[in-house]
Amino acid sequence: MTFQHLLSAGDLDRTDAIRILDTAEELLGVASRPIKKLPTLRGRTVVNLFFEDSTRTRISFEAAAKRLSADVINFSAKGSSVSKGESLKDTALTLQAMGADAVVIRHQHSGAPHRLANAKWTNGAVINAGDGTHEHPTQALLDAFTMRRHLGDIEGKNITIVGDVLHSRVARSNALLLDTLGAHVTLVAPPTLLPVGIEKWPVETSYDLDTSLEKADAVMMLRVQQERMNAAFFPSAREYSRRYGLDTPRLNRLPDHAIVMHPGPMNRGMEITADVADHVRSVIVEQVTNGVAVRMAVLYLLLGGAAGDTETTDRDSANEGRA
Amino acid sequence: MTSYVIRGANILGESTNDITIEDGVITGIGTGLTADESIDATGLVALPGLVDLHTHVREPGREDAETVLSGSRAAARGGFTCVHAMANTDPVADTAGVVEQVWRLGREGGYCDVQPVGAVTIGLGGSRLAELGAMADSAAGVRVFSDDGKCVSDAVIMRRALEYVKAFDGVIAQHAQEPRLTEGAQMNEGPLSGELGLTGWPAVAEEAIIARDVLLAEHVGSRLHVCHLSTRGSVEIIRWAKGRGIDVTAEVTPHHLLLSDDLVRSYDPIYKVNPPLRSNDDVAAVREGLADGTIDIVATDHAPHPMEDKECEWSAAAFGMLGLETALSVVQQTMVDTGLLTWAQVADKMSIKPAEIGRVRNQGRPIEVGEPANIVLIDPAATRIIDARDTASLSRNNPYAGLTLPGEIVATLLRGRPTVLGRALVEGVTV
Repeated sequence: MTFQHLLSAGDLDRTDAIRILDTAEELLGVASRPIKKLPTLRGRTVVNLFFEDSTRTRISFEAAAKRLSADVINFSAKGSSVSKGESLKDTALTLQAMGADAVVIRHQHSGAPHRLANAKWTNGAVINAGDGTHEHPTQALLDAFTMRRHLGDIEGKNITIVGDVLHSRVARSNALLLDTLGAHVTLVAPPTLLPVGIEKWPVETSYDLDTSLEKADAVMMLRVQQERMNAAFFPSAREYSRRYGLDTPRLNRLPDHAIVMHPGPMNRGMEITADVADHVRSVIVEQVTNGVAVRMAVLYLLLGGAAGDTETTDRDSANEGRA
Repeated sequence: MTSYVIRGANILGESTNDITIEDGVITGIGTGLTADESIDATGLVALPGLVDLHTHVREPGREDAETVLSGSRAAARGGFTCVHAMANTDPVADTAGVVEQVWRLGREGGYCDVQPVGAVTIGLGGSRLAELGAMADSAAGVRVFSDDGKCVSDAVIMRRALEYVKAFDGVIAQHAQEPRLTEGAQMNEGPLSGELGLTGWPAVAEEAIIARDVLLAEHVGSRLHVCHLSTRGSVEIIRWAKGRGIDVTAEVTPHHLLLSDDLVRSYDPIYKVNPPLRSNDDVAAVREGLADGTIDIVATDHAPHPMEDKECEWSAAAFGMLGLETALSVVQQTMVDTGLLTWAQVADKMSIKPAEIGRVRNQGRPIEVGEPANIVLIDPAATRIIDARDTASLSRNNPYAGLTLPGEIVATLLRGRPTVLGRALVEGVTV
């Protein structure tokens, strides 16, 4: 791999991204075996460092690490020394002293994983599991993986991402990764929820959902956080839902092959109706399944070895495959 | 008191002469002069001692970050003979008692004159005027009032403050930041803030307040000073206001002359400052504004912070950077070596004008016979690699660490007494 950490989806060039997706494809098979475990990362320690509640992402990383036989330490800010005021630096030094080979970090502040990786507080590989309103690269990878399984090669596909782009780490990582993979991305949002300077992003933007649906191969709905509802980004939840929510009439405007995605957790009735969420064209549950395979691939490639040898199981080579 | 002769100094970069100093006063300028001790100034530029209108010394309250004494020593190392100590201490400098304490600590330290700035409103709260007259009449003789760190955002309070200080020739120094537009703001709002997922601090939040305040100053016929302006739009508003004859002055910091927001890409809070580092276009605009006189002065906004407030996540970090010991080097690099300013103009913008704005009588005076002997000698040919640990400040939040900057302070004289000599701080300076 050409990277030591996974901090941003922008760190990945096309070769790296495809390699992760191909590796995930091989590893997905493990999940369907009776014994869902590979010995690849035996003896390696993966720390899940979660400063922000996210049960879904944490258990996904935990399952991924355990299926590769890594030792997993879950470190959540609640009930830990962090809630007593310990700094990120001291937490990192503690993890370093315990010999963490990889740190999976979720943090409420944008850039915290960059600080962890670049301030030399830890030698381990740092994997960004979502930082503030910045990025969530493994979510983008699992989204791309899910798209590829349904739509084939992502090159040239039209992907429409709808909602609170301003505060969405999912949107940022998806815009970067999908551009790397050659997709055409359209971000749809009310003007208040698009960041200043978005014209420099490798995407098109639209304020109108209806006109953005006809050519979409996939439509991804973003969660609208409760705290945005009363901050004048839009007049009311009902108006948002009418203008930017995905309901059955809008679903019917999509091409027949198009899929519906959501990074979860959903606000049913807000950005997506229950009927659409549970529709046969919704791949939302599958995204969760794929999340484990993609995170296995990332851990495997950062810590274990090269792609294509997931069958040669019992390897213990620490830095092989790390360029 | 020892008399000195400074030999062969290039005064204001214009003419080479000896300068004699006796009893704190310049007694002669010419050739072949003699005195008790001589300071070789061959190849050195002599300027009047620098005056900073915007320094944070953190005392009282955060003596772990900086004291009046440590800040004064850093100032002397930077060539300053006078600094204005901002009011956002703990307790806030909003009473005669606090400003007199700071002023007295400066005098006792003896490394430079410390001129306290008084808060405009009680506790920097923005709602009730502090006793501005009491601070003006105190031993500290406060003439500059500022809620710096916070904006006097209430238009009525700002109007009243501008009016009230006319009674004692004071000035309101505004930290221009519309609070609602900058809630939770972390960096310049632009393409990079969107990409990095950091809440934006838009230029309009600064410009809207400056526009309002120059109109208020015009309406009530008062003097206004704008702190640390940082955007092209702000420069244009000040230019327009001056064209209209409005009595406004403005300052720019060294860091806004040199650094731009792409440094934030590292997420290293050493680059976190308020107002934030702006775009390269804004940097070009403030340089032009300083060169053409739209911006009157350079002020450091020297803002010490303890290590733990910078060794953390960006959003959790404190705003501010050190500036006293590097200010002149940054100005040399960005303005002198680029041909935008002469040394005489640097003297104007870093000594004469700031003293005028602050109404400090015995600072910012020309290098002439009979004037107070506040003089800085600069070696413009020297270069140094900035080392954050090489400082008289108690803090190390130096954004220039690792950069090579031109110019070095060889000597600083405060009323005829060296505070820096032979490129090193003089220990045990006494009043």
